[in-house]
Amino acid sequence: MAEAKPATVRQPRFRSAVTETRPARYMLMAIAFLFLGIFLVLPLVVVFIEAFQKGTGAFVDALIDPDAMAAIRLTLLVAAISVPANLVFGITAAWAIAKFEFKGKAFLITLIDLPFSVSPVISGLVYVLLFGAGSLLGPWLKAHGVEILFAVPGIVLATVFVTFPFVARELIPLMQEQGTGDEEAAISLGASGWQTFWFVTLPNIKWGLLYGVLLCNARAMGEFGAVSVVSGHIRGLTNTMPLHVEILYNEYNAVGAFAVASLLAGLALVTLVLKTLLEIRYGAEIAATRGH
Amino acid sequence: MTSVPASAGWRFKAPSVIPGFGLTLGFSLAYLTLIILIPLSGLVWRTASLGWTDFWTIAFDRRTLKALEISFGTALIAAAVNVVFGTIVAWVLVRYNFPGRRIVDAMVDLPFALPTAVAGIALTTLYAPNGWIGALLAPLGIKVAYTPLGIIIALVFIGLPFVVRTVQPIMEEIDKGVEEVAATLGATRFQTVWRVLFPGLSPAILTGFALAFARGVGEYGSVIFIAGNLPYVSEIAPLLIVIRLEEYDYAAATAIATIMLTLSFAMLLFINLVQAWSRKRYG
Repeated sequence: MAEAKPATVRQPRFRSAVTETRPARYMLMAIAFLFLGIFLVLPLVVVFIEAFQKGTGAFVDALIDPDAMAAIRLTLLVAAISVPANLVFGITAAWAIAKFEFKGKAFLITLIDLPFSVSPVISGLVYVLLFGAGSLLGPWLKAHGVEILFAVPGIVLATVFVTFPFVARELIPLMQEQGTGDEEAAISLGASGWQTFWFVTLPNIKWGLLYGVLLCNARAMGEFGAVSVVSGHIRGLTNTMPLHVEILYNEYNAVGAFAVASLLAGLALVTLVLKTLLEIRYGAEIAATRGH
Repeated sequence: MTSVPASAGWRFKAPSVIPGFGLTLGFSLAYLTLIILIPLSGLVWRTASLGWTDFWTIAFDRRTLKALEISFGTALIAAAVNVVFGTIVAWVLVRYNFPGRRIVDAMVDLPFALPTAVAGIALTTLYAPNGWIGALLAPLGIKVAYTPLGIIIALVFIGLPFVVRTVQPIMEEIDKGVEEVAATLGATRFQTVWRVLFPGLSPAILTGFALAFARGVGEYGSVIFIAGNLPYVSEIAPLLIVIRLEEYDYAAATAIATIMLTLSFAMLLFINLVQAWSRKRYG
């Protein structure tokens, strides 16, 4: 190089003024990749390696175990109740907040975000205090044979609590951005309120809605702390998948624990892929609320 | 808006032709009250009925104080680590083009999507003395799993996306003209980044730090596997709540929860103030 163009050797090479030098760039990239590799990729890889450590047979055996199957069923059931519940809430809250101007709106939005700043353990604890033996409701529930704590209703309630804001906080900024013009036009052309929502608003928000549901579902199926407090850990009855992972792990059944964990990790990967596809394909229609 | 000119006087809601306000707001408030507000006020009510002396006795119990110190201390360190590396990751994702950038970008959200218990057992397996990383560190005399260092590792994992996702959009909005001006005026690249770009990013970095910190303080699932859970050494506050609950000591569980909630809300307030301040300062 130097021999071919001796005249240019002394001249500083052209370099863009708005980027770093090449070595600095490579160093920053190396730091970032190393950090992500150690903290994100390795944990994910280790889950699948441990799950298949003793071969596919042991992996399958761990999953068709009756307690594991019961845990999978319970997790699906809990998600099937809590996600639609928060979906309905998310839509109604977003409709009220985005389509109308009223006093105290900012405060209401703060309240909706509240569960995000509460430790999962505390989210479970509040239901124990509400329905537990020492509470006001506890004795009454017991007398009437209603089981909430250490049973499925308690698990559902705790899951609803922790996944409460997901759909709403996705829809509120999106619908605020879209304004009220479309709905006003529909109403003035004679559409009913329901028709307006179904044929005008819903098509506008469907991708954002799906995005919110996706995140809500991932958290609902994976929640550990809140559910752990209210579940009572009864095998085959009140154990969700994450709780089952804990029990197996504490029994030194690594293959069993990681087999169930690999299903949850698979769910996380599917969630990430769908989320990324939605962002690429419908980025503008999901709005710039990529926070959580 | 097609609203009629507002008549004088206070009104709760601006007039609108769109129907459904009463129904949707009513349902939202009822649901919010039942699921969030009543249970949370139950916690406050229980604490209030404890009385000051009982509350102070529990709050200043040595084990409680130590657990709170461990929770807040490790969360603080982990958030600081995430500020450094999260900002670098965000910078690399925003400024550099490399194959697979989208995949790396998507991977950053893994801690949001991966159930905490799964993260917990995976990290413990990696950092245990016979694990892939633990075995490398053991000859150096560094023990990670079953020590406070393990808690920090778990909280770094959990908090990373909070910093990256808060800083990234602000980095994307940086006007390159500013950097060109700085370079033209003779600033070195380092000066440009440090004295021109960084001040504009600092509110976002601070917000990301606070979010990661707040999340770390309350984190339970990923920590309890790797922490070893030794009282006074590696026992976090959320775990102590669970232990007190299992002992049917509801008073203690409630008191610790109230302290944690109060501190978290103080954090939340702080985040909002920072954001308000940065909006005023940087528009």
